[in-house]
Amino acid sequence: MATTLDAETLRSRLEQLAAHEGIDRWDLGAACSTDTSVQVDRGEAKQMKGAQRSAITVRVWNGAGLVGITSTSDLSDEGLRRALSGAHAASAFGNPEDIPAFSPLATAPVPTLDQPLHEPRSILTLLDTLRDAERDLLGRHPAIQTVPYNGLAQRRSERLYLNSNGACRQQRLTTASLYLYARAEEAGRKPRSSGAVRLAYGADDLDIAGCVEEAAERTIAHLDYAPIATGRYVCVFSPEAFLDLIGAFSGMFNARAVLDGVSLSRRESLGESLAVPFLDLHDNGLHPGNIGASAFDGEGTPTRRLTLLEGGVLRNFLHSEATARAFAVEPTGHAGMGAKVSVGPDWFEVGPTPGSEGGASGLDRFAPSGQRGGERPELVVIDSLSALHAGVKASQGSFSLPFDGWLIENGQQRSIEAATVAGDIREVLQRIVGFEGEAKITPDGLCPWVWVEGLSVTGDA
Amino acid sequence: MTVTTDSRPASGPTGDTWLNPLWRSRLEPLLAAGRAAGADLVEVFLERTDHLGVLAEQEAITSVSPAFGMGAGLRVFLGERDGFVSTNDLSAAGLIEALDQALGMLGLLRPAQGSGGFEGLLALRDHGQGKDHWLALCPGLGDATAKLLLGTDRLQRHGHHLQARRGNYARDWQEVLVAASDGTFARDVRLHQSLGLSVLAADGEHRASLGRRYGTSDRPEALHHWDADDSAQDLCGSAATMLYADYVEAGQLPVVLANRFGGVIFHEACGHLLETTQLERGTTPFADRIGETIAHEAVTAIDEGLTGGAFGSLAMDDEGMEPQRTVLIENGVLRAFLSDRAGERRTGHARTGSGRRQSHSFAAASRMRNTFIAAGPHSPDDLIASIDRGLYCKSMGGGSVGPTGQFNFAVEEGYLIENGSLTRPVKGATLIGEAKEVMPRISMCANDLELAAGFCGSVSGSIFVTVGQPHIKVDGITVGGR
Repeated sequence: MATTLDAETLRSRLEQLAAHEGIDRWDLGAACSTDTSVQVDRGEAKQMKGAQRSAITVRVWNGAGLVGITSTSDLSDEGLRRALSGAHAASAFGNPEDIPAFSPLATAPVPTLDQPLHEPRSILTLLDTLRDAERDLLGRHPAIQTVPYNGLAQRRSERLYLNSNGACRQQRLTTASLYLYARAEEAGRKPRSSGAVRLAYGADDLDIAGCVEEAAERTIAHLDYAPIATGRYVCVFSPEAFLDLIGAFSGMFNARAVLDGVSLSRRESLGESLAVPFLDLHDNGLHPGNIGASAFDGEGTPTRRLTLLEGGVLRNFLHSEATARAFAVEPTGHAGMGAKVSVGPDWFEVGPTPGSEGGASGLDRFAPSGQRGGERPELVVIDSLSALHAGVKASQGSFSLPFDGWLIENGQQRSIEAATVAGDIREVLQRIVGFEGEAKITPDGLCPWVWVEGLSVTGDA
Repeated sequence: MTVTTDSRPASGPTGDTWLNPLWRSRLEPLLAAGRAAGADLVEVFLERTDHLGVLAEQEAITSVSPAFGMGAGLRVFLGERDGFVSTNDLSAAGLIEALDQALGMLGLLRPAQGSGGFEGLLALRDHGQGKDHWLALCPGLGDATAKLLLGTDRLQRHGHHLQARRGNYARDWQEVLVAASDGTFARDVRLHQSLGLSVLAADGEHRASLGRRYGTSDRPEALHHWDADDSAQDLCGSAATMLYADYVEAGQLPVVLANRFGGVIFHEACGHLLETTQLERGTTPFADRIGETIAHEAVTAIDEGLTGGAFGSLAMDDEGMEPQRTVLIENGVLRAFLSDRAGERRTGHARTGSGRRQSHSFAAASRMRNTFIAAGPHSPDDLIASIDRGLYCKSMGGGSVGPTGQFNFAVEEGYLIENGSLTRPVKGATLIGEAKEVMPRISMCANDLELAAGFCGSVSGSIFVTVGQPHIKVDGITVGGR
């Protein structure tokens, strides 16, 4: 199944159809992809899937300058005609107070990304690979009896941005992913589960052994569990968990949310201290660890590295064209495409501010308590957070989230049976004690282990 | 005015309705070819969709987002294995290519000829009959935007300290045709409309964000009957209360969960674990427990797709089967699992009309429809009066369940229960627990069963569902807080 978007043909068809509709200003985002994926269950193929998808979004400006939009999966001439016509009809309801325009950077040079294109593997090859990985994981511990959530997938995709001013962006990409979530159960004990994920540009490049190793290690580490007493603890967030938390509150850095009045930040927050003076936070979609990075956003603006927090001080917001205009700055390459353009982060980099002082260095959660920088007899390690869609109140700043993790007491680590961690993101950012270890590349960003003091943990001991 | 369209797609047979019986002539050879290749069963799911989303903020319409599409999902079974391919290409060549790919996943090859014993499709069961005009009856953009602006205006009128006011409307129209090599040939037209209001109230350091959502199926005129003033008053009342609420103190507490969306507890704690999808994965603690007591005798739980206008109702499931009323738990005893085609083949549990999917891009899976705990003999006041110190959960947020049966859900609006009465409002609570432990602790059910619309995301995508219950009492659960 072909996944080729022909930019010139699409432009030519759009120009003709737009002229017929009396539209002289339009832009278009298009994407198509071919996916194959497999799942297995104890050595047997469980499901094999293939998908061919295509989608376009057409945006038009009417005679009054108002914007309308329509999306479709029908890339036929008739589909394009309907999309253009639908967008034109919708433009009658465009918001005159907030009219998007073409990004001034839609024709600026885009960064060159090192994204090798891989030929897809046959689905039966994927199946054999995943069977082997599952067998390997099941053999790691007698308590690991199933890997109920698993999948090996590969994708070939292409995206395109065109506008009536001559902008033309196009990107082709291949990616592959592997996830393994094991379930372990010992006699008379509750089942426990954990897992790992790996991404790459092709199935052959996936770190399968590393994924199996990590899934086994994390699952086995949760087998010996005990309830935890409710109280306030020093919490050590894994890179994945801390990035999840920052991502859930990314509205703090989002100019759209600021303008809409639903962000914890205000226009005047730029220059204010939001975090401890030794925390840096950047959004960097261009980091080589960001598998599947986009070279441009939904408005054609090039992706860039953007400083959000420097020494704990808020330096920039994420912008679309419209929000950037409202703040009199350049778009930052974080826009979607819509009648109301959404804004969102790409990939975070979290770490200590270079040259800063104040943060505890050399933290080691397994070191004797006296050597951890003060008396901290107990640590709660937060391995992964759950239910972020339900337990985060982004515009309030509060969260109350179930987590998987361990209690470290006197150098001994024991899995926590079931617990929640609660707090306020503004307090979290001000209560960071320091960092542990080197920053780790994860699917959502780059981050070391992060120590935060004084968070409420609810258990049932 | 409406931005939906009456035009026909470029590919595929045409007629009064797009997915009409003329498709028989294209689909029968496809199904025959799949059977001739050695497949046990071949199923084709065709759909056409038309979506409209509208957002109002404060006094302005800030987004109008129409979308339309079409596609096919082809599934081939061989024993307990299956291959699934989805495509937007509905041409004859596109469908053949998808079939070949699905067959290839199972090591099968389409022969040049033969029918493999396929005897043709049965007469069309057209559940879409009489529904083809529904889309035209839906409110146009003018009506929808006016109603939403009325909603945000009423929020302003009834609210205090409101920093943001939003109203959103979504209309999802779907025409589906299911054809399978066992003769299944069925068509339906579905219509779902939902409307939500949300506010962010702020006063100094105090903040509260709350929302309400209302949803119906198969009621084109539903938006006209929505009482914007009533909804705004309800939401603003809650926002005013929660704005200055303290954070809940964490611990093990008895709780009373309100009716309507309180039903999310059963949905997350138990409902998902009674889907054959979970049996197949080995992730339910209730496998092999049919006929055994798994819940308190006060609990009878039902899943059905029949309640008129409910968000999770359907005339046929996404595998062409009419929905049933499935008693899951009767007086605490496990009676049935929810099953689809794959579940029946792999677990032996008979299909219940519960094969559901978000779109053609997903293979159907056993999923909930309208799921609720049946009414009991008590009044809501009886439940609250029975607790010395506990938590009343008036309004719930979302939740989820993990692979070990651990569930969680958020409480949007809570009140302390002290000496049998409601006292202070509290916020920030998350309830967590395990199904096996919590189901025996649902000890009292009130007599005020009501349903509420919601969305459920799982293996076959996001689908429209209803949760529901009367007020219920849980004798003890972990309340996460500060």
